[in-house]
Amino acid sequence: MSEWLTVIGIEVHTQLLTRSKMFCSCDNNYAGDEPNTHVCPVCLGAPGMLPTVNAQALEYGIMAALALDCSVPEFSWFERKNYPYPDLVKGFQLTQYAYPIGAHGKVDLETDHGPRRIGVRRVHLEEDTAKNTHVTVAGESYSLVDCNRAGVPLMEIVTEPDARSSEEAVAYLKKLRDVLVFLGIASGKMEEGAMRLEANISVRTPAEAAAGVLRKRCEVKNLNSFENVRAALEYERERQIAAYEAGEEIQQATLGWDSAAGRTVYQRSKEEAQDYRYFPEPDLPPLRFTAADVDAVRAKLPELRPAIIARYEALGLDRYRAELLSQTRALATYFETALAGGGKVERVANLLLGDLLAQVNERQINLEETTALPAAGELGRLAQQWEAGEVTGPQVKQLLPRLFETGETVDAAKAALGIRVVGGADELLPIIEAVLAANAAAVAKVKAGEQKVMGFLVGQVMKATKGQGAPGEVNRLLAEVLARD
Amino acid sequence: MQMSREEVAHVAWLARLALSEAELERYAGQLSGILSHIVQLQELDVTDIAPTAMAVEAGGNVVRADVPTASAPQDEVLANAADIEDGSFRVRAILEESA
Repeated sequence: MSEWLTVIGIEVHTQLLTRSKMFCSCDNNYAGDEPNTHVCPVCLGAPGMLPTVNAQALEYGIMAALALDCSVPEFSWFERKNYPYPDLVKGFQLTQYAYPIGAHGKVDLETDHGPRRIGVRRVHLEEDTAKNTHVTVAGESYSLVDCNRAGVPLMEIVTEPDARSSEEAVAYLKKLRDVLVFLGIASGKMEEGAMRLEANISVRTPAEAAAGVLRKRCEVKNLNSFENVRAALEYERERQIAAYEAGEEIQQATLGWDSAAGRTVYQRSKEEAQDYRYFPEPDLPPLRFTAADVDAVRAKLPELRPAIIARYEALGLDRYRAELLSQTRALATYFETALAGGGKVERVANLLLGDLLAQVNERQINLEETTALPAAGELGRLAQQWEAGEVTGPQVKQLLPRLFETGETVDAAKAALGIRVVGGADELLPIIEAVLAANAAAVAKVKAGEQKVMGFLVGQVMKATKGQGAPGEVNRLLAEVLARD
Repeated sequence: MQMSREEVAHVAWLARLALSEAELERYAGQLSGILSHIVQLQELDVTDIAPTAMAVEAGGNVVRADVPTASAPQDEVLANAADIEDGSFRVRAILEESA
């Protein structure tokens, strides 16, 4: 067999940035706290417990559904998904099965092979499970269960089997993560387990593809980075092809990804949905949504990243810089505030993406927030002064670290560092004449028509002014003196 | 509508119930009787009746505001645990189970 085609479906679980849990009022912000200190009878599943739905989580679910072009049904409810596992203290998970909060959506991708559309089958709300820690002491193995995470609002987003390569799967995941993070409903932090990725994959022949036939699929769970998704899907594709070409069959199964060994490992055979014995949660009345309810949520949807990028391109920025400037909503807001503070788009963008981001990297600042950055208005003022020749390039580099450290205004930082611009013939002419006298050979070359040597002379003058020479003035006066001699 | 002993055994396993051979036999008979009754109900024409999961529906959605309140003290949370270690429930190691 020469050609195998790939079919991939993707499931993402994301915790929602609510303050309290999905069905009880325990504080959601449990990171780093003692085990079992964010727990109450409801999330512990004590007898007689009565869950109530978190209104904010519900709204976040509808926001995500709308942003992914899903239809929001008029009717929805929660069901019990029954399975025994120590991370599920209740013995069931409250989730949405027959009536999810969103369905029939889509995400459009731009790929190297042209535009591609990934169908979003469903978006549903559920609760997170407890955290198990496996311990082995003196040959004895056991698990410790911490219920702080149990009941945290979780949203699951499931695609149709529409992705045709690992690249498409990753492109979809990146775009989905942008949507969730820019909506302000999820942190998108995969390394912290706040966003978890799963992908199912099967292969088939072109003839089977033409007939719409799918072979058995394997699901790879617990992928905690885009790179792991790519690597696991590549590995699994090759494994399945090798099996088929050797005349073997593939069993439908759930696999884990061993990133150290670079291979998938068998976890369990796939359960049938009927084994979960779903049934409507008797303690939660069904939910109903009118068109007006949904429109009210739609009105709250913030501008998402593709719209921001398009707006920056309309300002005259190229795609690459528009993407960099919108890498987080905080950075985009910072850029726009700086623009409002003065300065031209080009200058502000380049100052931000060049000198400012260099400082950000050096100081290891997280761009999810911009509180550690100089005030955006001051960055705008700095760009404006640079544009007007009131500060020089070297001076900008000198000023920025101080603005990070002191948080003072550009003018105050200039005064403190004794930064000024040396301009005007009175100050510059003696310096220029001294430089020309010391570089007779270079002067001769310029006069012989070697214009590139001019740059060297400008550099020498700037050095003599300790970087304070006004570039425009230096260029003008230098040319004037050379022409005069 | 007959429910086989194998089907009863499978459902019992899903619920982690240990049933004896005699119980499997007895419940297969009882569950078959219940299913037969359901089959009888399915003969009713309910074309124009909307399905319902709950006899009483509240007026409007029942939700709560997203405001955190105090959780239970850790010692109360763990009070009924069979085994405790470092503030956590201690349970048997989780191994791959087979049906």
